[in-house]
Parts: sequence; structure tokens; C-alpha cells
Amino acid sequence: MAVHAPATRPARTRAPEPVRRFRRSPGYWVYLVPSAVLLFAVVIVPFLMNIGTSFTRWSGVGTPRWTGLDNYRRLFADATFWASFQHNVALIVAMAILPTLIGLVLASALFDYIGKRFGTRTASALRAAYYLPQVLPVAVAGVVWGWMLHPSYGALNEALEAVGLGALAENWLGDPDFALASVMAIMVWFQLGYPVVIFMAGLQRVDPALYEAAEIDGASWWRRFWHITVPQIRPEISVVLLTCTIAALKVFGPIFVLTRGGPGKATIVPSYFSYQNFFEKANVGYGSAIATVLALVIVIVTFLFLRVQERA
Amino acid sequence: MTSLSLRREEARRARRARGHVTGPGPGRWAVLAALVVLAVVMLLPFAIVTLNALKSPAEYSSNGPLSLPRGFYLDGLVEFWNRVDFGRKLLNSFVISASVAVLAVVLSVLNAYALGVGRVRGRLWILVVFLMANTLPQEALAYPLYYLSKATGLYDTRLAVIIIFTVVQSAFGTYLLSAVLGEFPREIIEAAAMDGAGRWRVLWRIVVPISRPTLSVMMIFFFIWTWNEFFLPLIFLISNDNQTVPVSLGVLQGDKMMDATLSSASALLGIVPAVAFFLIFQRTLTRGVTVGAVK
Repeated sequence: MAVHAPATRPARTRAPEPVRRFRRSPGYWVYLVPSAVLLFAVVIVPFLMNIGTSFTRWSGVGTPRWTGLDNYRRLFADATFWASFQHNVALIVAMAILPTLIGLVLASALFDYIGKRFGTRTASALRAAYYLPQVLPVAVAGVVWGWMLHPSYGALNEALEAVGLGALAENWLGDPDFALASVMAIMVWFQLGYPVVIFMAGLQRVDPALYEAAEIDGASWWRRFWHITVPQIRPEISVVLLTCTIAALKVFGPIFVLTRGGPGKATIVPSYFSYQNFFEKANVGYGSAIATVLALVIVIVTFLFLRVQERA
Repeated sequence: MTSLSLRREEARRARRARGHVTGPGPGRWAVLAALVVLAVVMLLPFAIVTLNALKSPAEYSSNGPLSLPRGFYLDGLVEFWNRVDFGRKLLNSFVISASVAVLAVVLSVLNAYALGVGRVRGRLWILVVFLMANTLPQEALAYPLYYLSKATGLYDTRLAVIIIFTVVQSAFGTYLLSAVLGEFPREIIEAAAMDGAGRWRVLWRIVVPISRPTLSVMMIFFFIWTWNEFFLPLIFLISNDNQTVPVSLGVLQGDKMMDATLSSASALLGIVPAVAFFLIFQRTLTRGVTVGAVK
């Protein structure tokens, strides 16, 4: 599907030929061969296999038994499945929407206010501080917060007690009422630096004359933000929203490290739910169905975003 | 345009007339203070982890997590290092990430040469396939890959992880680099062809050297992204000798053997290499973080 091999050669010959032709060189398509082979082995075939097993009942050993749409029927009746997608929505809020909103205000404040009044060095130093969590492997970020929020020795509870707010101490990750909110807060912390950096880079291509003209007309910082900053860096905003939304749909590491989907089902996400079915419950067919639905959701989201972006 | 520059002049004069460049005094300090407080909050976990990784368990239990350490107590770090054979994990992570970075850049270059310079037929659809390969969740590939790697004897080898991430990263690299090479000046290529250079030589002697800045940014990104990966390495690298840094730390989280200081030691050992890469690559990164963003 990927390579239309022989078709390329005649197409090339209509270009003005150099005096000495390429020495009978094959078409450019040969450069795609190594990737085509690997892509088939690592992505295309496994993806089709995954779709195939989603129509079967299979423990991972022996022969899969064809069951048609059974897994999908079970899936749509499964409360855990719906819960996992609800948590995904919560994580989209925490990883895409909140960081984008806060990131816009921060980037604009750093660029348009701090940079002009306290110098670009101050602005860069603050930007670096906001960005630092982003450099961590997300699993390590989970280890850091798993330690900070540990119910018996975690720093947060100890700190609350130290300042006399011991009553506010909670089992942040172990209490079903707080677990999802805690994970969300951690993900905001982790994600925030990315939009700040992207937006600040985007602001650099905005013509300063726009801001100055607005300033003369007496526009407040807020109005400049709303009428200049946001429209001018709209491409960056949609890229950040898209990449962060996809990251939120795929999230696995922090859930594995922090809560393993628990307590109960309080923080289960599709990715971890499919992992459980693959490797803990030996329900490979069911896990494949979850993974297939997740893939479909991600493809649809990507497609919708690109359409909206084209129209804008 | 002229009216804009006139206005700019006007603005400058207006500001001078107001006597200061800055606007209201106390307000701006309040804004700065708020932003600095936020920065401190963002950095606090790093600071607390570092403080407590340098305390003895006794000191931790008597003074709590917020006190400054009395000295440099390194036993916790050393103990954790030895217990998980951390040097080995660093080596594994390094071997995997460096191999992927190099191989994925090579593959991206080959593909982008065909798509961007060669303008192979159907390139739009080929690009869509590459983009899909990068967008698909790894969950939808994980079990078949696990099954196939067992069938081919690649399960629990670093090679399996290297191959998989080479494909995943180069799919993104192809997408990015095809756009870059699409703008490659054709005169240069035609001049080289005129002098009798074949396509292979044009690629390695002309296209690659000229695109070096982009390629080095890509290589750094592939290295760091692969270093940070968790899901597939967790599935594929089960034996202690093959695990990467994030996998070994992630699996130990919540382990009964881990007490407070040992946990913070483990967190610190995960933080240090990541921050080191950030500092080493910072210049390239801040330029490059936007490379994929807007074109």
C-alpha cells in the first residue's frame, strides 16, 4: 500500500535531464524499502493482529476462539470501561485544557510584562523553572509524587502537620475521593511547562508594533492578551491542545506508578485497563478490544482537530 | 506600515512623557512575586526530594521531611544504587536510547529523501501512514508485539525495544524531515547530478551535511523521548539485567523494602540524568522544542 514502486520512474524522466543521466539509478522509492519492511513488522501487522484478536476469546496461549462482536458488546456494558473513559476526560482537562489556559496567561505575562519590565533574563529563568518537570520521564515524576504523597511518610502530610494544618492531611492517592484529583493535580504540574515554552516561542514572531499600537490606544493588558496574543498564536494553541489531548488519552506511566488504577477503579484509564487484561487477567481478546477502541478514539480526535485547524 | 512606525515613535514619546518605561510600580512587583511563588511551587518537589535523599533514616524520622540535612549522608543513595544495580540500568537506558536516536535519524533521512527530494508518487498517503504509525497508541500494538517477540526469541532483549522505538520515532522524524527536505534547494542537487554524482552520493555528501542542524535536534529528541519511555520497556524488559532507569524505578515504587529516605534516593537518581540531559542539550532544545510545532 505504501510504495507504488515502478510508477515513479517515468514520472521522473520528464524533468530536464542532466547531461549525464543518473547511472541507471533505481527510483527514489528504494530509499523507503527499509522503513516499509520495519513498519509492516512493527506497526501494521501487529495493529491488524490486535484488531483480529479483539474478535476472539483468547488467554494468550492455545488457539483463539472466534466470538465475533462479543467483546465489544461486553465492553459497552462494562462500567469499568466507561469509568476509564470518564477518567480520560478528567485527564484531558488536567493535561491539555488547564495547562493551555494557565500556559497562555503565564507565557503572555512573561513575554509581554516581565520581559519588558524586568528583562528577558528574568523571564527565561522563570520559564526554565516552569519547564523543569517536563524533562522528567513521566514514570519518574510519578515516583517523585508517590513519595511526596505517601500516606505514612510523605512530605505533603508532614508539611501540613508542621504548619498546624494536620487536619487537612489525607491519604491523597489511597482515598477514592481524592485519588483522581491528586493525579490530575500532579499532571498539571508535570505538563504546564510545555505550553509555556511553545507559546513564548510563538509570541516571538508576533510583530511588536501590534502591541505598541494597542498600548497607545489605551488597551489594557487583558484586552491585548485577548485581542492580540490569543489570535496571533492560534496555530501554537491548537498544536498544544492536540498533542496534549493525545498524550492524555494514552496516559499509562503515572497511573501505573501512582495508583495502579485504584483504589478500586477510582483512577483506571483505558490504557491501564487493557494492560490489566493483557498481562494480569489473561483476557487478551477483551484487552485487544479496549486497545482498538482507544486507537479509534485517538484517530478520530486527531482527524477532527486537523479539520478544525484547516478551517480556522 | 508607515502609520505603524509613526505610532511606535508616538508611543515611545508618550512613555517618556510619563516619566518611566514601566507602568505602576507596586503592581509590577506583585505580578513578579506571584510568578516567582509559582516557580517555587513548581520546583519544590525537586528540592524536597533532594533534601531527603541526603538524610539518614534516623534524621528523617526525628526532623521530618522539611528540615535541612545536617550533612551529606550518601549511604541511602549508595544503598539504593547497589541494590538495584543502578549503573547497569543507566547503561541499558543509554544503549537503547543512543541506538534508537542514531538508527531513527538514519531511517528518517532515507524516507524524507524519497518523499521530500524525490517526490515519490503517492507521498501524501505515505506520509499519512507514517503519521498514523506515530499516533496509534502503543497499547494497540503491545500484545501482538509481545507475542511476535516471543516467537522470534527477541522477548526480554534490548534489541526488541531498540527496533520498536526506531520505527516509532522515525515515523515522526519522517513526517518532520520530509517537510524540511521538501524545501531543499534543487539547484544544488541538480548541479551535483550534473557533475555525475549518483543519488546515494548526493544524499550523503550534500543533503545530510547541509541538514545537520535539523538532524542533530532530531537526534537529541529521539534520545530523550526513548529514555523517558515506560509502557513498552515495562512489558519487554522483565529481567533485572535489561531494565531501563524509568522501568526499574517505576516497578519499585510502593515496594515494601522502600522506606522514606530510600524512596527519595530513588527519585533523585531518576531526576539527575534527566536534568543533566536538559542542561547539556538546553540550547538545542529551546530552539528545537518548537521544531515540530508550527511549520
